Amino acid sequence: MTDLLTRPGARRPAVEDRLNRRGSLEPREPGRPRRSLVVALVLACVTLMTLDHVDDGAAIDPLRRVVGEVYGPAESGVEAVVRPVVAVPHWLRSHHDLADRIDDLESENDQLRSQLASNDYDRNRLQEYDALTATAESIGYALVPARVVGIGPAQSFSRTVTIDAGSRAGLKPDMTVVNGSGLVGRILRVTSTTATVLLVVDADSTVGARVGRSMKVGFLHGRGDLGQQARLDLELVDQTYVPSAGETVVTWGSQDGAPYVSGVPVGRVESVYSSLRETTQRAVIEPFVDFSALDLVGVVVPSGTTSDRSVIELDGSLR
Amino acid sequence: MSPGPRFSSVPLPRVLATLIAVSVALVLQTSLFPHLAINGVVPDLVLLVVVAVGLAHGAETGLVLGFGAGLLLDLAPPADHYAGRWALALMVVGYVAGRLASAARPRVGQWLPVAAAASFVGTSVFALTGLALRDPAVGVGELLRVEVVAVAWDVALALVVVPLALGLFAKVEPDRVLA
Repeated sequence: MTDLLTRPGARRPAVEDRLNRRGSLEPREPGRPRRSLVVALVLACVTLMTLDHVDDGAAIDPLRRVVGEVYGPAESGVEAVVRPVVAVPHWLRSHHDLADRIDDLESENDQLRSQLASNDYDRNRLQEYDALTATAESIGYALVPARVVGIGPAQSFSRTVTIDAGSRAGLKPDMTVVNGSGLVGRILRVTSTTATVLLVVDADSTVGARVGRSMKVGFLHGRGDLGQQARLDLELVDQTYVPSAGETVVTWGSQDGAPYVSGVPVGRVESVYSSLRETTQRAVIEPFVDFSALDLVGVVVPSGTTSDRSVIELDGSLR
Repeated sequence: MSPGPRFSSVPLPRVLATLIAVSVALVLQTSLFPHLAINGVVPDLVLLVVVAVGLAHGAETGLVLGFGAGLLLDLAPPADHYAGRWALALMVVGYVAGRLASAARPRVGQWLPVAAAASFVGTSVFALTGLALRDPAVGVGELLRVEVVAVAWDVALALVVVPLALGLFAKVEPDRVLA
């Protein structure tokens, strides 16, 4: 460019085939987009965002499903290939780790079977008059095992994962997802072979929760962090009650177990804040689940669900 | 998701090559790279493929392909943000990449800054639409932290992804000198 300008005798190239700034010959306006095209595409983007904004994205969901039917199995396939490869460092580390890994895998099944129960919470439930209902309720669930095959990037600022079980495994939107340690999240949408799970640490996630020892209710909000610093905020409805550090928080549950079944352990109270301005107590909860290392999860389904894989019933039997 | 019937002049091999490149990038981005993620931030492989398309075929093709690739990224599981956000961001990326470099086979020194700039612009546009739509509500500090890591990742991966993609495009259309 400067070269051309400093040379006074330089012939000004015709518009049809002028020199670009690297000095190579260009055809007329190479690939410069037509204005109508730009406007059309920008409008398309805005329309999509608007459609997704109204009615909770009901208009976009069929599209998501179609794309998911194609890319879901691809993600599962890649994950199946990648899994043994990323496990290699674990195996190489030491014999001790190897033994631990075997133990982990063996105990994971047992934990999955028993995790719907939680000590503090169950003790309270038994003392209550609705013991019969509670028993019926907790026996009414079974788990469909699944693996995490895709994780949304942090750049998207929403904490979602793909699991390799879908409608064929008996899954539906608004089912609870747990793992051996506690509550993972809930299902947003399903395709035939995969499902998208909203993690409880997502900034948009709200879970009805109960402090196990006192049965006080509140709402858990995610912060959008993963990993070791992942925390949840518990906003208690009763502002006079101060939960103590170390208390267990479990889900409170909703009607028909959607989106969250009751009594799933979520985390432990780490610290408590109270502000004079706000009228509610705010407790920081350390979740039991390590969201940066999610792998095997279970989806809570009604007992007797037909599935394309074995279902773990609450009594521990595989079906 | 490739240029529609309106672009009947676009050769079929190019359409297929870009579709394959975008699909591979998308699946690797959601299934392989989370294992290597830094604080959950993974390299934007799809964005880099769009940059390569912009470099190879110019701004208009980059724009259209960016829209298509972004739409896939918006809809493929486990995405849950408002659809159209990545479409808008990658559209801008394809356009910027196409405008900044239009030489036939650019050298590393030329396209690496373009890739870095495009990555910054793309993640910024996505983040800004998120701020505007409150989807989800994250702080500006968190946003900047993620963006810095993302751009670093993208520049590192651009060294691999962009030559691969450019090579693929050159292979399917060896006779084409210029966009």
